[in-house]
Amino acid sequence: MVDVPLGPAGVIPPAEVEDMELYHPHSWVTKYVFSQDAKVIAIQYSATALGVGLVALVLSWLMRLQLGFPGVFSFIDANAYYQYITMHGMMMVVYVLTALFLGGFGNYLIPLMIGARDMVFPYANMLSFWLYLLAVLVLMASFFVPGGPTGAGWTLYPPQAIMTGTPGGQDWGIILMLVSLMIFIVGFTMGGLNYVVTVLQARARGMTLMRMPLTVWGIFTASFMALLAFPALFVGAVMMLFDRVLGTSFFMPAIVEMGQPLERGGGSPLLFQHLFWFFGHPEVYIVALPAFGIVSDLISTHARRNIFGYRMMVWAILIIGALSFVVWAHHMYVSGMNPYFGFFFATTTLIIAVPTAIKVYNWILTLWRGDIHLNVPMLFALGFIVTFVNGGLTGLFLGNVVVDVPLSDTMFVVAHFHMVMGVAPILVIFGAIYHWYPKVTGRMLNDALGKLHFWVTFLGAYAIFFPMHYLGLMGVPRRYHEMGGMAFVPPSAQTLNAFITVVALVVGFVQLLFVFNLIWSLRHGRPAGGNPWRATTLEWQTPETPPPHGNWGKELPVVYRWAYDYSVPGADQDFVPQNQASITRAAPEPAS
Amino acid sequence: MTSILLFLAGLIGFGAWWLAKQRITAKPWLEEGIAGEFPGGGATSLPAAKIGLGVFLAVVGALFALFISAYSMRMGMSDWRSVPMPRLLWPNTGMLIMSSVALQWALVSVRRDDMDVVRACLLAAGAFSVAFLAGQLLVWRQLSETGYLLTGNPANSFFYLITGLHGLHMLGGLVALGRATDRSWRSDAPSRVALSVELCALYWHFLLLVWLVLLNLLTGWADEFVDICRALLT
Repeated sequence: MVDVPLGPAGVIPPAEVEDMELYHPHSWVTKYVFSQDAKVIAIQYSATALGVGLVALVLSWLMRLQLGFPGVFSFIDANAYYQYITMHGMMMVVYVLTALFLGGFGNYLIPLMIGARDMVFPYANMLSFWLYLLAVLVLMASFFVPGGPTGAGWTLYPPQAIMTGTPGGQDWGIILMLVSLMIFIVGFTMGGLNYVVTVLQARARGMTLMRMPLTVWGIFTASFMALLAFPALFVGAVMMLFDRVLGTSFFMPAIVEMGQPLERGGGSPLLFQHLFWFFGHPEVYIVALPAFGIVSDLISTHARRNIFGYRMMVWAILIIGALSFVVWAHHMYVSGMNPYFGFFFATTTLIIAVPTAIKVYNWILTLWRGDIHLNVPMLFALGFIVTFVNGGLTGLFLGNVVVDVPLSDTMFVVAHFHMVMGVAPILVIFGAIYHWYPKVTGRMLNDALGKLHFWVTFLGAYAIFFPMHYLGLMGVPRRYHEMGGMAFVPPSAQTLNAFITVVALVVGFVQLLFVFNLIWSLRHGRPAGGNPWRATTLEWQTPETPPPHGNWGKELPVVYRWAYDYSVPGADQDFVPQNQASITRAAPEPAS
Repeated sequence: MTSILLFLAGLIGFGAWWLAKQRITAKPWLEEGIAGEFPGGGATSLPAAKIGLGVFLAVVGALFALFISAYSMRMGMSDWRSVPMPRLLWPNTGMLIMSSVALQWALVSVRRDDMDVVRACLLAAGAFSVAFLAGQLLVWRQLSETGYLLTGNPANSFFYLITGLHGLHMLGGLVALGRATDRSWRSDAPSRVALSVELCALYWHFLLLVWLVLLNLLTGWADEFVDICRALLT
């Protein structure tokens, strides 16, 4: 190893990157409301997204109540049920998961982890949040307009999305949904440019790409993907908005509605499916890649071991990012496409399993013979690995055309994507909040509440979604408001549905406990100190906790090593911070 | 979806080339010490705003590539009736080329410290761009007067939508150009406007390129090319 001596009296060499000039807020409003500080923006993003998440959670309760006890709740009719489905799906995927991982964790962690003072375009960053908030408000407004929100399903397939029979189709619902998505995408583009360019240009001296923590790699790659994938949704939304408002026929074929031929014709509904899934599939990895990165860091820190196969982990992130753009049509096997296309997309889908499996193996090998601390963030990280493998395995089923066709539109699909894209990333989000909350607030979250939260959420999620696979194999269809007289579905399916509903209610209530923990610990949590987990990455080495505006005080940090120097043999501590110049050793060791 | 995939393949190729220069095969666990001792992996010397614009252009490129994909998918259907191309599109294209040339000239003059020429060029570029936009509006009017309304046929809808979106991007660029022009009148130091002029020039060249591709597509010259590609793929 190369020993780098510090200059006399710890003089730090000047930064390779020019120190940026910070915007200095003058009033309370510019400091905490219209703030240009990435950390404040991150908290604004996260709080808004968690709020949306709670609304979406309540919607899922309502759906479960109808499925578990059909007919008991008279206000949930078929239309309301479809509206709940649509809003729950769209909110969770776009307005909660994407916003939390990129807007929340991206904003907070990127500058701190790479040793920058702030994002490179703070003003655009601020606009990004306010556009996001506007998008959320427009979306929420659709609950209060005549006809209510759209009930087209979160995929918004035309032509039904803009026709009379669909709730919100000929009212305001679908318009507000599309407008909200467009605002979100414009806002995200501003944020995404920031995340990408900050990682490229504002790294501290010594922070080479290959020394970045995997969290930053995950968020960086996901931001790039989102920048390129969201335009597809934008194009689809613009064209559908034209169809709905101006009467064009991009997606509308010649069609008869209520016995009357419409003045439409020549459009292609399939075109929308292509555009939607060209966004929709990368979106899965836009959510998954930051989760992969964060989990890698949580596992390495709490198992006190360097991440196994760091290079492989980076390459796998990049390969997954690239491959995820050529698998979109596996969502369209039942759309009547050419079987050879189906074969192509099945192949690419299965190929993605290779880099993903590499990541899973590396996590497990990192844990192997590690000094595992089973604290709350670690529990969530371990929960993620198990859940992601489970959800991924059913993905192998659904990725094959012949297996997918009978399972398509059954509860099996619902169970699959909730495991892999719902529960798994949410577990990471919880783990990450428990992990970084001490840095954000200076106080620890309550441990007992955290453990309760984990076990109920983790076991509850399995109690909810494992039986749902079984329902799907029995042939219980998804998106059905009630079963009616389906001869092939035995009455016991109803018992199982009632069981799932009860568990879902319990799991939901435990999330409120988590929110209580977040608020309670702000005041009453145990003081955390600067580096409670004894972690190596830069965000734990800030001179003050919580880090003030500008993060680093007078001097930017200088990076001397990679992010995973845990349990270095011979070192007197079991972690070596990235900005520590040389390892202090108990006994000298020959250089290699 | 061929054009968006080609576009993405290009981007991924560029990304791979760039990553290859970043020593992505390094073994960071063996490399202790400040980075100067290990080549590669640092930030570039380009200003952040320029890289930001580059990434933004990739996003805009993806947006138009997606529209082109949608257009060519739709075009393959039997009921497609192309829009006749108004002659006015030619002078419009000329205006756009002129504005791009003017900005390039401004860029050259900034490097020569000739602020008077810079101001004149920026104003000219703005004027040509406004003329282009006005011309595009006239094209829309001519088309709608001859009965090619937005809802008449998917080809019409695509024409209005794509040209409109291109115009909107130009409008956004005009805001930036206006600010650069304003700054050039307030200060005599070329260094104050050098970056803005450079970014504007880059954006205008990009919009010109997009417009030339769109023009090829909308006038149908690209049809043969698309047919050849299709024949190659099937």
